[in-house]
Amino acid sequence: MTATQLENSNTSTLRTAGKVSTIAGIVFFAAGFEIIPVSILRSPWDLLVPLILSGVGMTLLLATIERRSRVPYYLLIPGGIWLFAFFVVPMFRLINVSLQEGIFPNFEFAWAWDNYTKLFTDFLAQGRNSLLYALTATVVAILIAYPLAYFIAFRGGAYKNLLLVMLLMPFLMPFLLRTLSWKIILADNGIVVEVLKGLGLLADDGRLLATGVAVVAGIVYNFLPFMTLPIYVSLEKIDHSLLEAAADLYSSSVTAFRKVTFPLSLPGVVAGTLLTFIPAVGDYVNASLLGTPQQFMVGNVIQSRFLVVLDYPVAAALSFTLMLVIVLMLLPYIRATGTEELVA
Amino acid sequence: MTAVAPKPMSRTAGLVRRHTLTVFAVLAFLYLFLPVALIIVFSFNATQGRFNFTWEGFTLEHWDSVFGSPFGGSAAPAVDALLVSLRLAFASSLAATTLGTLIALALVRYRFKGRDTTNIALFLPMATPEVVMGSSLLAMFLLLRLPLGFGSLFIAHVLFTISYVVVTVKARLQGYDRNLEEAAMDLYANEWQTFRKVTLPLIMPGVFAAFLLGFALSFDDFIISNFNAGPRTITFPLWVFGAAQRGIPPEINVLGSIIFFVTVVVMLVNVRLQARRSRTASASAEIDHVPVADQSEKVSQG
Repeated sequence: MTATQLENSNTSTLRTAGKVSTIAGIVFFAAGFEIIPVSILRSPWDLLVPLILSGVGMTLLLATIERRSRVPYYLLIPGGIWLFAFFVVPMFRLINVSLQEGIFPNFEFAWAWDNYTKLFTDFLAQGRNSLLYALTATVVAILIAYPLAYFIAFRGGAYKNLLLVMLLMPFLMPFLLRTLSWKIILADNGIVVEVLKGLGLLADDGRLLATGVAVVAGIVYNFLPFMTLPIYVSLEKIDHSLLEAAADLYSSSVTAFRKVTFPLSLPGVVAGTLLTFIPAVGDYVNASLLGTPQQFMVGNVIQSRFLVVLDYPVAAALSFTLMLVIVLMLLPYIRATGTEELVA
Repeated sequence: MTAVAPKPMSRTAGLVRRHTLTVFAVLAFLYLFLPVALIIVFSFNATQGRFNFTWEGFTLEHWDSVFGSPFGGSAAPAVDALLVSLRLAFASSLAATTLGTLIALALVRYRFKGRDTTNIALFLPMATPEVVMGSSLLAMFLLLRLPLGFGSLFIAHVLFTISYVVVTVKARLQGYDRNLEEAAMDLYANEWQTFRKVTLPLIMPGVFAAFLLGFALSFDDFIISNFNAGPRTITFPLWVFGAAQRGIPPEINVLGSIIFFVTVVVMLVNVRLQARRSRTASASAEIDHVPVADQSEKVSQG
């Protein structure tokens, strides 16, 4: 009786010690990376202290749980460290940089909220382009992907797998070359422009290249599989007896589609929308290669501020705002699907 | 009972709808393959200017210069960049596959505290736009004064590949039979022996598919690499982007076509292998589970 009590109190002491040590390590680590604005790092080797602290802490925490249930944590540790060190830490570092001020290479942390207010005056056009192009591209992608996925899922028959392979095959061509190819297709004297001019849909001196149309065309093409595959998966899962039941109850095929197939495929459409919209809104390759500075998107600004202008704080503020917008969009989705489905 | 005759209107409507869909699908596939076809066709273009956007006649010159003197000649910088990309994709996908497979094992096989956090931690990198991931990593590398190059690219590429590896391996792990592992444990195999002799061979196809996916993702990445490559390390996508600003040598089309054909072959072989594996797996499962009497019945029917 006393032995178990002693053991219990020992375990809880160990657990508390482990927690304290882990948290101390993480705080120290955060300070070292200037995530929290205290500068204590004198050489990169100082980071060993928090690493050892949190290492000891986690070992203590592991020691408090049963031997057999430690296995999953061992499996998670290597990947977890990678994700923490190179995803979580940089994200906080980005927040820190976004609140700095100064001129390259002397930036100081100063709670500089101007970096954020500046975004709404200086980069409104690029923000508008990003939203407009990404939204248009997502809608167009649904219009192309849905019938295509429907065809593969319901009319594919024995060729279903072949059709899926064919769907993915074009994306084995390198991304940038695929994008550059659209320069040939939409060229000023190319066939698409000539046909549109012939039909009177485009003015005689009109062009597609170097316009928003070209940028959207590139985005739609490059991210189409991200839309098609989730829609296909949700259509594929539909129980065919439901459709038979609808037909037995004298519903026309249009009604059956509207009342049965389409609602059941909505999870795929939502997933596809996220998978297309997110890379589209952050993309700058299509705008760089197929557009002009007038078509530039938020990604172009982040890229040029970080790598050309060397204005890190504003670039970081823009980058973090983009992340925030996307996380806000994702929250209802995560809540609706649950965490288990996210990585499935 | 008389069968209800289908209304003639709805039949023609169905027919039209069916064909519209087929026509649409054919057009959609043409749309998907058109840009790829153009890249391949323009690798044979006898272009005169700096850009390769208008057709000027057929030539084998560019293919000859790539295969004839890959390390001298005008294709040399592109070939060098290609080699950097191949090395990077191999190394980073290998590391990401190792880390990701361990995570997938933990997620599928164990119930543990912190599962939800793990799932979200894996989902977020996939949901983060590449510019954000690339720029945040650069912000950290700048602070640490870490020289940018192959090392920083390796860190970044492993990071954005891990989640996709987990998804792929998890999908494969979910369907398989845990009884085999328990049988091994009953026969006094320890955990490590069970893993090496039973679990690993079973999940190997999934792990291999994950490795290929990781390789493809890393090989084709431009945005994150653009942030973290530094001035001296040039991957193939970085080189193409740089070249596109100055003019586009047709050798790029040749290399692109080669990459395309090689990856198509790898993809088809992989699809064949996976299909055969799942066929033999389901066949052997049937033999295991169906009692002898049933089996003979099946044979006589078949």
